[in-house]
Amino acid sequence: MTRRVVITGVGAVTPLGIGSDPLIDRWVAGESGIADGFGRCREFEPTDFLSKKEVRRADRFAQMAIVAGDEAIKQAFGEAGELPYDPYRVGCVIATGIGGLVSLEREQEKLITKGPKAVSPLAVPLMMGNAAAAAVSMRHGLQGHTYAVSSACAAGNNGIGDAARIIQVGDADAVVTGGAEACITGVATSAFAAMEATSESGISRPFDARRDGFVMGEGAGVLVLEEKEAAEKRGATILGEVTGYGVTADAHHLTAPQPEGEAAAKAIQFALADAGIAAVDVDYVNAHGTSTPLNDAAETKAIKAALGERAADVPVSSTKSAIGHLLGAAGAVEAIATIEALRRREAPPTVGYEEAEEGLDLDYVEGSAKPIVNGDGPVVAISNSFGFGGHNAVLVLSAN
Amino acid sequence: MATQVSSENVEKTIYDGLVELGTERDALSREATLEDLDVDSLDLVELAQIVEDEYGVELKGDDVKDVKTVGDVIDLVVAKAG
Repeated sequence: MTRRVVITGVGAVTPLGIGSDPLIDRWVAGESGIADGFGRCREFEPTDFLSKKEVRRADRFAQMAIVAGDEAIKQAFGEAGELPYDPYRVGCVIATGIGGLVSLEREQEKLITKGPKAVSPLAVPLMMGNAAAAAVSMRHGLQGHTYAVSSACAAGNNGIGDAARIIQVGDADAVVTGGAEACITGVATSAFAAMEATSESGISRPFDARRDGFVMGEGAGVLVLEEKEAAEKRGATILGEVTGYGVTADAHHLTAPQPEGEAAAKAIQFALADAGIAAVDVDYVNAHGTSTPLNDAAETKAIKAALGERAADVPVSSTKSAIGHLLGAAGAVEAIATIEALRRREAPPTVGYEEAEEGLDLDYVEGSAKPIVNGDGPVVAISNSFGFGGHNAVLVLSAN
Repeated sequence: MATQVSSENVEKTIYDGLVELGTERDALSREATLEDLDVDSLDLVELAQIVEDEYGVELKGDDVKDVKTVGDVIDLVVAKAG
C-alpha cells in the first residue's frame, strides 16, 4: 500500500520576517522584503533565539535553519517538541546551495592576514554543507536519515522531494526537511555579478519585460513531513500533502537553462504523473521565476509544454518577486508559501510585474492576489525549482 | 609576548576567553569543571589559540587531555610558560 506524505509543520526565516506567517501574509498583500538590492533577513538576530555558544557554533545559514526548524517542529510536535516516533525513524534533510560561505570567507581572511595558526578549529564544521542538517538533528534528537542535499537553486525542492521518498519507501515515519542559505558575501555577490546573473537595477521583477537578473536573498524554510496514517492516528493538524515529485537534468550548460525548457517541462510532467493527476488539475503554479532574462523565458515555455491548454489560465506567480532568490533555500521557502497560499485559496501576486514581453503571456498574477478556485475539494499546486548545473526539481503540493 | 605570564594575568585571559566562547562569567571560578561549564574539545582548541596569541605558549591536544577544572588550565599555561 502506498505511504502518503503530509506536511504537519512549517517554519521560515525570510526577508519578509521571522516565521511562516509574515512570509505569506506580506506576500499575499503584495509587499516586498527586498531593500538596497538584496533580500536580507534584516529582522534576524541570532541571539534572540540562540545562546552565545550556539551562535558561535553555527554559520548564519545553519542559524536560520535552526530557527525555522524550531518553528516547524513546535507546530508539528507541540511546544515541548517531543518526538511522537522512534528517533531513528525521524530524519533530517536540509538542503543548501553553497553552505557556510560567511564562515569560509572570514577564516580565509584570517589565514591571509594572520597565518594558519589563526584559523578557527570551527572553520570546517561551520562551513560544511551538511552543517544545517546536523545542527537541526542535534537540537531535536533526530536520528534517522540525516544529510544535506546540494543542487544549487533546485536544492530546496530536492531536499523536500527526497525526504518525501524516504517516508514513502518506509525508511522513516517523519523527516524534518527544507533548505537554508546565507551567502550575501563578498565572493558570492561579486561572482554572481561577474556572470551577470544578478540584477544591476536591484529590482526583482520576474517575467516582466524589464527584468535584468535576480536579486540575492537569504533565509531558511523548514517543513515537517510525516507518513499520513501515522500523523492522522496521533491527531496531527495536517497542513497539506506532498503528492508528487519530478526530477530531471538539462545536461546542457553549467549556468544557462535549455532555451526551450524541455527538461524542465519533463520534470513538471514527471511530477504530475507521480501525483497521478493531469495538467487540468493544477490550480496554481509557484514558478521558479528568478527575474533573469533566460530563466523566465525558458520556464514559461516549459510550463506551456507541460500544462498545455491549462497553462493559459492557471495563475503563475513567483515568490522571488517579494524576497529575492534564496538559492538553496528557495524551493523550501516557496513550498511553504505555496502550501499557505493553497490553504488560503489565494494566489499571491508577482510583485512589481507590469510590462509583458512577447511570448511571456501566462497569467503572472499582476497587481494583487487572486482567488484559487476549485470548488470544495483539495487545491493543487506545482512548485518549480531549477538550478545552476541544469537541475530541475518540481513538487506537487495539495491542501484542503 | 606582550603580556607577562603571571597567575593573575593568565586567569584573566582564560576567563575572558571562556566568556568570549559563550560561558557565563558568573559561572567561572578556578574550581569550576570544564564539563559543568560545557567547555568541550573544540572550545579548548580555541582557548589554546587565544593563549598562544597572548603568551606564545603552545598547547596541544595531549597537553590538555587531563585538565578537569579552569584552575588546571591556568596552572598548565603558567607551568608551560615557566
